[in-house]
Amino acid sequence: MLLSRKWLNEFVDVSLDEYKDREFAEAMTVSGSKVEITEDLSKKIRNVVAGRVISMEKHPDSDHMFVCMVDVGKDSPVQIVTGAQNVKTGDIVPAALDGSILPDGTEIHSSILRGVESDGMLCSLKELGLTLHDYPYAIENGIWIIEEDCAPGDDIGRLIGMDDHVVEFEITPNRPDCLCVIGLAREAAVTFGKELKLHTPVVEAKAGGNINDMAKIIIEDPELCPRYTARMVKNVKIAPSPAWMRERIRNAGMRPINNIVDITNYVMLEYGQPMHAFDFSCVNNGEVHIRRAKKGESIQTLDGNERALSENMLCICDTDKPICVAGVMGGANSEIVGDTAMVLFESANFNGPSVRRTATALGMRTDASSRYEKGLDPENTIKAVQRACELIELLGAGEVVEGIIDVVPNEIKKTSVKLEPGKINALLGTDVSEDEMRRILLDLGFGFDKDNVLVPSWRGDVEHYSDLAEEVARFFGYNEIPVKFSGAINKCGGYTDSQLCENKIGEICRSLGMDEIITYSFISASYYDKINLPSDSPLRDSLRILNPLGEDTSIMRTTILPSMLEIITRNFNFRNKAASLYEIGRIYLKRDDGLADEPKIVSLGMYGDGVDFFTLKGNVEAILKGLRVGDTAKIKYTAKKDNPSYHPGRCAEVWAGDSCIGILGQINPSVCANYGLDCEVYCAELSFDALFEHKGALPVYKPLPRFPSVTRDIALICDIKIPVGDLEECIIRSGGEYLKNCELFDVYTGHHIAEGRKSVAFSLTMRSDDHTLTDEDAEKTVAAILKALDSEFGAVIR
Amino acid sequence: MMKDMMQQLRDTAIGAILKAENVESLEAMRIKYLGKKGELTAILKQMGSLSPEERPVMGQIANRLRSDIEEALDQRRKDLEAVRMALKLESETVDVTMPGKDVKEGHKHPMYNVLDQIKDIFIGMGFEIVDGPEVELSKYNFTMLNIDESHPSREWTDTFYFKDDSSICLRTQTSPMQVRTMLTRDVPIRMIAPGRVYRKDEVDATHSPMFHQIEGMVIDKGITMADLKATLNLVVEKLYGEGTVTRFRPHHFPFTEPSCEMDIRCHKCGGKGCPTCKGEGWIEILGAGMVHPKVLAGCGIDPDVYSGWAFGMGLERLAMGEYKITDLRLIFENDVRFLEQF
Repeated sequence: MLLSRKWLNEFVDVSLDEYKDREFAEAMTVSGSKVEITEDLSKKIRNVVAGRVISMEKHPDSDHMFVCMVDVGKDSPVQIVTGAQNVKTGDIVPAALDGSILPDGTEIHSSILRGVESDGMLCSLKELGLTLHDYPYAIENGIWIIEEDCAPGDDIGRLIGMDDHVVEFEITPNRPDCLCVIGLAREAAVTFGKELKLHTPVVEAKAGGNINDMAKIIIEDPELCPRYTARMVKNVKIAPSPAWMRERIRNAGMRPINNIVDITNYVMLEYGQPMHAFDFSCVNNGEVHIRRAKKGESIQTLDGNERALSENMLCICDTDKPICVAGVMGGANSEIVGDTAMVLFESANFNGPSVRRTATALGMRTDASSRYEKGLDPENTIKAVQRACELIELLGAGEVVEGIIDVVPNEIKKTSVKLEPGKINALLGTDVSEDEMRRILLDLGFGFDKDNVLVPSWRGDVEHYSDLAEEVARFFGYNEIPVKFSGAINKCGGYTDSQLCENKIGEICRSLGMDEIITYSFISASYYDKINLPSDSPLRDSLRILNPLGEDTSIMRTTILPSMLEIITRNFNFRNKAASLYEIGRIYLKRDDGLADEPKIVSLGMYGDGVDFFTLKGNVEAILKGLRVGDTAKIKYTAKKDNPSYHPGRCAEVWAGDSCIGILGQINPSVCANYGLDCEVYCAELSFDALFEHKGALPVYKPLPRFPSVTRDIALICDIKIPVGDLEECIIRSGGEYLKNCELFDVYTGHHIAEGRKSVAFSLTMRSDDHTLTDEDAEKTVAAILKALDSEFGAVIR
Repeated sequence: MMKDMMQQLRDTAIGAILKAENVESLEAMRIKYLGKKGELTAILKQMGSLSPEERPVMGQIANRLRSDIEEALDQRRKDLEAVRMALKLESETVDVTMPGKDVKEGHKHPMYNVLDQIKDIFIGMGFEIVDGPEVELSKYNFTMLNIDESHPSREWTDTFYFKDDSSICLRTQTSPMQVRTMLTRDVPIRMIAPGRVYRKDEVDATHSPMFHQIEGMVIDKGITMADLKATLNLVVEKLYGEGTVTRFRPHHFPFTEPSCEMDIRCHKCGGKGCPTCKGEGWIEILGAGMVHPKVLAGCGIDPDVYSGWAFGMGLERLAMGEYKITDLRLIFENDVRFLEQF
């Protein structure tokens, strides 16, 4: 919302002299009308004055330029060279003098044009930031020959209304009443403690006849049109509106068109009530029906587009056809044109959401619809239409017909709220007196009936004592409310166990050199194909967004793998040599009630030189160790051959006791190919819930060994297919009380080892907790182990 | 006679020891002079020819000679070892300007750095951290937050839906956590709820269909707007440094009344106005307000007994401001060259 401070000053005395823009903006902002920017329009045009051309000669060295002597109100005329062909001696023209600034930022300086000195430039409308709408008598390609009342030396900025400051407000959607000069004037009056000077329009209506005999208004849909007010003007003379009106319309960011259209816009800007003017001769049978569009109806709107209407769109129609999309845009079939003689002014109230949906569906948000959509004051229609008619008479644009048609199908609701000063102060933490509260509310236009506050019709947002509290707070001052804690903190804050566990996992991952990533929760269904997810996999049954932004973000992921692979791919494509990444992110699993189970997954992903299955496994082991999962359950890795996302020979499930914690392995090369990845990629997906469930408790101190340990290395020959994990498990099981540690240090096949067999070497550490281990103890332990290995796996010492 | 021989031995031996060039030759000298078959032993063998009076005197001299030679050997050994050590250390000199061995450290995502900072501040003030679903009932995301059925934010152009009747959506804000917390927990409540939220915005330098918010809420007897200001002022001071100047402006949210936005004075220009604060002198930080009594009542909390305040802030913008990140897309691109800067 753009506000001209000159216009504002008509309603409240807050002059630029008294309140500079910054001060004005700050005060309005903290009382609730947020100022985005302020602009001093006079700064955009400097040192451009009216000049009278007193002589013109052909340029001696050019066949299209003229050398003009221009009286600019100074002692002596200035010499200006122009290439324009429409200037004559005696014309008053805009002259940009040496050092002047034009609205597009151009600076004009004295210069030599083909050997002749020019002390400035004569300007066209365009060069002054104007169009033919502003001065219709001017020509587009040529100097503006000024027909306004002005003398040489007069400031052009002032002449075209740029001696103004414009303030842009960001008005919150609950305050559509502030989308106009009067609404902001009311706020300014209370903010600065000034009187609000409202004006009651006076209409003489001297034309013959009465609108009630000429037109009929029928509201067929009272829900979408709570009020429709109309007046009639005859003997309309379409002409440009006067300069002062054009300036204000332009400074408010709109375009002047002609007197009738400008009046409707002027009233909207001043009163906040959108208006429409119909060429009444185009309204068949003089009947205006406010109804929803019928199936198949369409309308050509004022912007020239043909619009198909749907049955939920409210339209203004005559007996045959729609002539206006209610609250959005008029129809070309009833447009005000040069020979319009009778005008019907509409000043109506429409249902906000309905206007918004219609405007959105038709893809045209207009100045009118953006006001209507927030819900306007139904009591504003009469004031606005009266003001429009007053302006008609003031401008001599036509003769107003007697009478007003004002259709109000249902009684308009009035709101009152009990004033409870104690509650208001309790909510704010203030001690504002009841008198002060009443004063603020009265100044804002609220009324009183004893303790009941009567809410003015334009304040549809106020319906509760807390709303009154906000009104009081706004003008008591948000920044005057004390800064005071209400009481002692009565709760101990902190992380839950689960949050601590999540933090811990993050810490471990980072200590292992992994960087944290954040990925989108939604993916494309086609990503399931990319990771080779079987077509019958239940994971394909994802929650589907019915109105996604695009296919790529259309379903909620049921697996986190595609998200990780996408980021790996991106890093690979960025030619990053290596990446080691983690995310603790959710997946979204359909639930019967329509919502989702949203378990968290610890997702790891890595690629780069030297990264292999065991790098990844080492990272997974470090996470399990860091959480001491091994304290609560036995950890086991089992080969997983049938997960098609992973390499069948390099994939494992990790188990804590009987529950599977997750999966880890090399991404199947065919999946990598789907992503265009030309490297080995390793990923793991671990269930956060499982990790949390199996996380160990606080460690209990174990005494350090008092007796020395004995180490024995054993090298075994066994079948190549026997997993090392199985051998290790057997060793630990059969090692008895002395075996404290068993560590794999070599696996070998090839030379000296028979085909189909391998050599596996372990280092065994043995110790007793109560005596120094003898050789005999150690031999017995090793013998027991070897016996078990032989009988269970046929593994023999090498 | 014997005394002279011993004197001579001392001179020869000590002279030789001082000239010894390595530890090995020292050992040879010890054997040569002091060994069982050494020169001192040879001299002592002549003791038998001495008179009984001379013997103890000579014995004493011989013992001193032995200890003097031993001392000389020791001293020389130490000196030689010191030289050898010095040489060894010299030979081990490294070029200290060469780079250290590569130790790769992991990095927290920059946005979570900022989030953790905020969590810690609130934990210090007695807040708990709560978490809830992202696939959410529209009832919690909108209706119970006093957002009426025709509110524009409910439109299918703005909110992602899973049901034709618009009953289930991706939460558009973390505010449904206010409802969920009030429905499931006893008062008093002091909580913050960070998390992902979703709106139908195309990706560009400042928009993303998925982003993060932090919700916060306090409910108790006697909670006032003064408390809101005191608490949030303290948070902002912790976040932006002591003496940070704040400003509260009226604003509008359907689920708080009165509502406000909180600004901090631009740290770059000190309030004069600059590109960072778009000339306003202030930077918007968060939205807040007193929990609407209708919202309290709808969640089964008696607004005549309890009151509360709530706030919500966007995490991306905060992190971008903190680290001067200029494009939101970097946050979700996860390029390691970006991640490793934080």
